[in-house]
Amino acid sequence: MTSAPAKAVPAPTTPRKPVQPGRILMYALLVVAALFFLVPVYLLFATALKSPDAINLATTWHWPAALNWASFGEAWGKIGGNMLNSLFLAVVATLLSALLGSLNGYALSKWKFRGANTLFALMLFGMFIPYQAVLIPLFQFIKSIGLYGSIWGLILAHVVYGIPITTLIFRNFYADVPDALVEAATIDGAGFWSIYRLVIFPISIPGFVVVIIWQFTQVWNEFLFAATLTNTTSQPVTYALSQLAGGQAVSWNLPMAGAILAALPTLLVYILLGRYFVRGLLAGSVKG
Amino acid sequence: MKGLSKDRLWSIAVLAPSIILIAVFVYGFIARSVYVSMTDWGNDPAQALALDPIIRWVGLANYQELFSGFLQGRFRQEMISTIFFTIFFILGCLGLGLGLALILDRNPKGEGLWRTIFLFPMSLSFIVTGTIWRWMLQPQGGLNQAPTLFGAQPGTFGWLSSSDAILKFDWNKLPLLTASVVGVVLIVMAVRAARSGDRTRTLVAAVCAAILIVWALLIGPNVKMLPAPELHGFNLALIGIIIAAVWQMSGYTMALYLAGLRGIPEELREAAKVDGANDLGLYRHVIFPLLAPISLSAMIVLGHISLKIFDLVYAMAGPDNLATSVPALNMYLTSFRQNQFSLGAAIGTILLILVAFVIVPYLASQFRQEDGHA
Repeated sequence: MTSAPAKAVPAPTTPRKPVQPGRILMYALLVVAALFFLVPVYLLFATALKSPDAINLATTWHWPAALNWASFGEAWGKIGGNMLNSLFLAVVATLLSALLGSLNGYALSKWKFRGANTLFALMLFGMFIPYQAVLIPLFQFIKSIGLYGSIWGLILAHVVYGIPITTLIFRNFYADVPDALVEAATIDGAGFWSIYRLVIFPISIPGFVVVIIWQFTQVWNEFLFAATLTNTTSQPVTYALSQLAGGQAVSWNLPMAGAILAALPTLLVYILLGRYFVRGLLAGSVKG
Repeated sequence: MKGLSKDRLWSIAVLAPSIILIAVFVYGFIARSVYVSMTDWGNDPAQALALDPIIRWVGLANYQELFSGFLQGRFRQEMISTIFFTIFFILGCLGLGLGLALILDRNPKGEGLWRTIFLFPMSLSFIVTGTIWRWMLQPQGGLNQAPTLFGAQPGTFGWLSSSDAILKFDWNKLPLLTASVVGVVLIVMAVRAARSGDRTRTLVAAVCAAILIVWALLIGPNVKMLPAPELHGFNLALIGIIIAAVWQMSGYTMALYLAGLRGIPEELREAAKVDGANDLGLYRHVIFPLLAPISLSAMIVLGHISLKIFDLVYAMAGPDNLATSVPALNMYLTSFRQNQFSLGAAIGTILLILVAFVIVPYLASQFRQEDGHA
């Protein structure tokens, strides 16, 4: 399959010039693409930093003459409490699902039993279902155990529906740990738990980083559960932002400032730890 | 290894809570949703939120209502919208992602920075993306004002608010259209099976295709799901939402493709060059075939995201914009605004079936492979 037909004319072998037209075209395309990704960010900041009376359609694209930082304070006043809800929710849910995923991944990759793969595939299906297909029973269930409107109900939902992806990431991570290591430990008389504690857990840090970043981002950004399982006191920031931006008579500096605030935590995580973020992303396409 | 050592019991004990939780929260709840979708819970508003509602079994009546009821035109438009949305969204992400990956694979200066720029929207929530793009696509602002930067007239396109649609067709023709498409696919399958010499498969596919085509010719044109024609097509108001979705997700396909490109061994490229392939030939005959499985993975992941997307639509166009609505949004509104639980459960079940069509074969093939060489 590697033998491509050789009928094509071989590339001309002129000596390399310092500037190649191909390279220029490449950078031009990169700049155009970058503009597509960055222009919304420009508009976001330009609008958030304008004072409400400076926002009019004709000057949409202009950078504000005087920077007005007050929108951020005002936006914080409206969604700050929800930011704290989200923070608590994301931290607790992330830690619980990372722990669960690590144990599951260890059991599935190092103590394989018959049907483990089928079981795992059945588990993974939970990652792909549209949550609309379980939403009504979930809502009923959370209500019946008295957790409707509490952050704990939301945490429960996120931990349960996070099981597939966290198990997947850890299972693939532990698959790279040589089985010989586990076998040697077994011969030394170590059992399930002591192997986990002494061999597996200490080398799991990179796995934990990937899972924690991934789950934190997912939980922070989630909207459907947030909108159905909580009430005003416990709503996370995605729901609050949608309310802030959804009104008709709002001045646009406010939702824009709110969007920046709501985006900041996950954006920081991505900028500081992007490598691990991408690894979680790639794991999401099932095969790591 | 011994059958049931203590360690093995521990490993099962560790997995048990997750297995039980998934069994209940995924499979149990799906079963419950399907059951609810076959009752009339909430169709009578007085009963919806009653402490002890009277719920009757109605079979498939809710589904019938959705596909052919007089009041559910919105749902039918959404079904068509979600298909168009999925197609354009996947094409956009694959095209842009592949293009960016091919460029980055040529090692431009500052590669890390470019990658960061292309990928950062992935870390945002659809609500944040939607809020930003809602402002970009205001009827008289944002993008429409952009031409004035160069002294031109502002644009007038009704992003998010246009009520125009293209590629319209009559919902009554849906059975006919579906039968024709499936028939053509079956014919292709039959021809393929015939070529590879699989006689049973050829026969089964050919007979099924023949039955469908006879049906489409004789009975199909007379099937009427609705008393009057009902036109549905691709609503132009969706274009803005598709752009925003591509903005958010094309970094993902870029990352996938880039990982794939970096995984192609240098020797393979050089071998092709030695064989006389130029750049174009190299991509056509060596690199693109190797990227095909990645495209498939990406299509499946993007496809299932697209079928269940609703927060982006909610944040960009609001919940009550008929031209941009999708079934996933309708499910939320029907169940939790109107308390029509059975109808909402039916929409949720239909979404699940759509997604399962994409996901189940994929998961099955992934794990059959693995079991094979395990």
